[in-house]
Amino acid sequence: MTENKHVLSMLVDNEPGVLSRIAGLFSGRGYNIESLCVAETTDPQISRLIIVTQANQPLTEQIKKQLNKLINVIKVYELTGSEFVQREMALIKVNAKPEHRAEILRIVDIFRCRVVDVGKEHYTIEVTGDEGKLAAILSLMKPIGIKEIAKSGAIALFREPK
Amino acid sequence: MKLNGAQILMKTLKEEGVDTIFGFPGGVLINIYDELAKTDIRHVLVRHEQGAAHAADGYARAGGRVGVCMVTSGPGATNTVTGIASAYMDSIPVVIITGQVPTQLIGNDAFQEVDIVGITRPCTKHNFLVQRTEDLARIIKEAFFIARSGRPGPVLVDIPKDVSNNVTDLEMPEDVALRSYNPTYNPNMRQLKKVAELIEEAERPMIFAGGGVILSKGARELTEFARKTQMPVTTSLMGLGAFPGSDPLWLGMIGMHGTYQANMCTGECDLLVSIGVRFDDRVTGKTDAFAAQSKIVHIDIDPTSIRKNVPVTVPVVGDCRIALENLNTLLRDTDLGDLKQKRKKWSDRIVEWKSTSPLDYVQDEEIIKPQYVIEKLYELTKGEAIITTEVGQNQMWAAQYYHFEKPNHFITSGGLGCMGFGLPAAIGAQIAQPDSLVVDIAGDGSIQMNIQEMCTAVQNRLPVKVVILNNGYLGMVRQWQELFFGKRYVATCLDCAPDFVKLAEAYGAVGLRAEKPEDVVPVLKEGLFSPHTVIMDFRVAGEESVYPMVPAGAPITEMLLV
Repeated sequence: MTENKHVLSMLVDNEPGVLSRIAGLFSGRGYNIESLCVAETTDPQISRLIIVTQANQPLTEQIKKQLNKLINVIKVYELTGSEFVQREMALIKVNAKPEHRAEILRIVDIFRCRVVDVGKEHYTIEVTGDEGKLAAILSLMKPIGIKEIAKSGAIALFREPK
Repeated sequence: MKLNGAQILMKTLKEEGVDTIFGFPGGVLINIYDELAKTDIRHVLVRHEQGAAHAADGYARAGGRVGVCMVTSGPGATNTVTGIASAYMDSIPVVIITGQVPTQLIGNDAFQEVDIVGITRPCTKHNFLVQRTEDLARIIKEAFFIARSGRPGPVLVDIPKDVSNNVTDLEMPEDVALRSYNPTYNPNMRQLKKVAELIEEAERPMIFAGGGVILSKGARELTEFARKTQMPVTTSLMGLGAFPGSDPLWLGMIGMHGTYQANMCTGECDLLVSIGVRFDDRVTGKTDAFAAQSKIVHIDIDPTSIRKNVPVTVPVVGDCRIALENLNTLLRDTDLGDLKQKRKKWSDRIVEWKSTSPLDYVQDEEIIKPQYVIEKLYELTKGEAIITTEVGQNQMWAAQYYHFEKPNHFITSGGLGCMGFGLPAAIGAQIAQPDSLVVDIAGDGSIQMNIQEMCTAVQNRLPVKVVILNNGYLGMVRQWQELFFGKRYVATCLDCAPDFVKLAEAYGAVGLRAEKPEDVVPVLKEGLFSPHTVIMDFRVAGEESVYPMVPAGAPITEMLLV
């Protein structure tokens, strides 16, 4: 059966140990975590946790049921298969020798990202977008010389009906 | 009212109806034990914390209530982990209370500190670290609620020393409300109607029931359901007793050591109505070949059990007893004569299977066969004893040759398969059912894993009977070595063993021995009807194996028969 990416979004109790329960469920049962993002919601007692996993359809069903079974998980939504907005963010520190500076800024402009830190030898660029956009900018920056990157996992929300 | 944490704990336990705690004290529990002594809750002092967890498990199964065990921090807590894991695999409601170092020391590698909440996260239904005395009453109530509701399971509550020491105003919460936990008890009627239709259409149907039927107290409803629809019944190891072993519809247990007829039926049925089961690999064998010609109905309260291991035609999420009650109502007007007519060929086939290869062994004149001991035990107790087992051959022979009539009479570590379970579980069962005869069917290997609990039984005057099928081997592994590893008996020969009769006497119990077949009945009679704790040491055939046997990973219709 084909394995696809599935974006699962869940509301969980904002308590110590909850992340460990979820991560433990994935490792204990051999499920895959491609990325994971978690932060408080507007209700300080609840956090939203978004996991991107690679699994076939029956396994995705099982993962959702197992997550729902955890006492601290309030609700699990699968975003894949419906309309949703997904974003990732990356900070990219690139070598910025004088001969490359103009080129880097052009790319920054094209991708609508921002330079957030400038040094004699580097730029740090902040970029937000979907997976494809991040991959594209990284491939353009690579020949110029990436010193370091920090990348977030995916965050996502359903689109409301228009 | 100002109370300290220990007092609040006792008050809450009383309110939850706790009358017995299996435990072992320690530094961070002294104040709790001091309060415990002021209540009328019975404390059973075990000799090893693993025993406390198993005893609470046995108490829960025999009594149909939540079992409670209490141990100290660090090693006390880690020693319960095997018992917790066993209760988790078998969905047994147990609350484990562990002491913890004071909150300000947590994380400092303090003396007898261990992160027991972290350790037991994957083997409890849920667990708590209580951080404030104010939260204690609510958490204890939630723990009991979670343990006993939905698919039951063990819940651990870790209580730091300062939490049990500090004083606060007690506000006893009225109800437990958990926004994220709300098990589905009432099954969807549309789904049940589909099940009823499938049953009426089926030509070769059968029922496969499991521990869920016993846990939901649905054995009576299952019996009514089977008789009404004239479907033959098999159960998993955990389901033994959910359907009377003397009923003509009874096929015997399914699976690796299941009966010939139960396994063959599964291979050829066209409808498998599975209730309160989880399709363990010891049941299904090769999953692709399991019930391959059949539609599968799966009724279970835990949605994760459904479609986890086998594909299902009609899933039903709900309480087994309620689902069976509803099915019985839906099938009220079914014409039994019609069904019998339509399924004549199927029932003839089953009769044929039953006579092809019934459970059997040859009793030698000189050497006791282990099966013979169980058969005689069954006859002498009229099938009414509560049987606990250790794990291995003793467990399988008990399952095959003791024909259980009633639920909650077979207490075994099914999922985890943990040796050393039977004796402490028997202690718990005897306390839950003081008037019942409780027998631990053991092997000479596994009994040694928690033999120290003999002392607990004797001290508490519990007339638990231990039947040791003493073959001088770790028999089940030896059997695999015989069949699949060229008879190379590596590390399975127990040629150095204690004298169990003297050992029993050393503990202040009665020790009896049978060496010849003609000794079996007299020894059983003397042991079973003694008012004391008894060990009966049966010297049985060394290389007897459990049959039928399905090699691991083979389809269950491909059995080795004797």
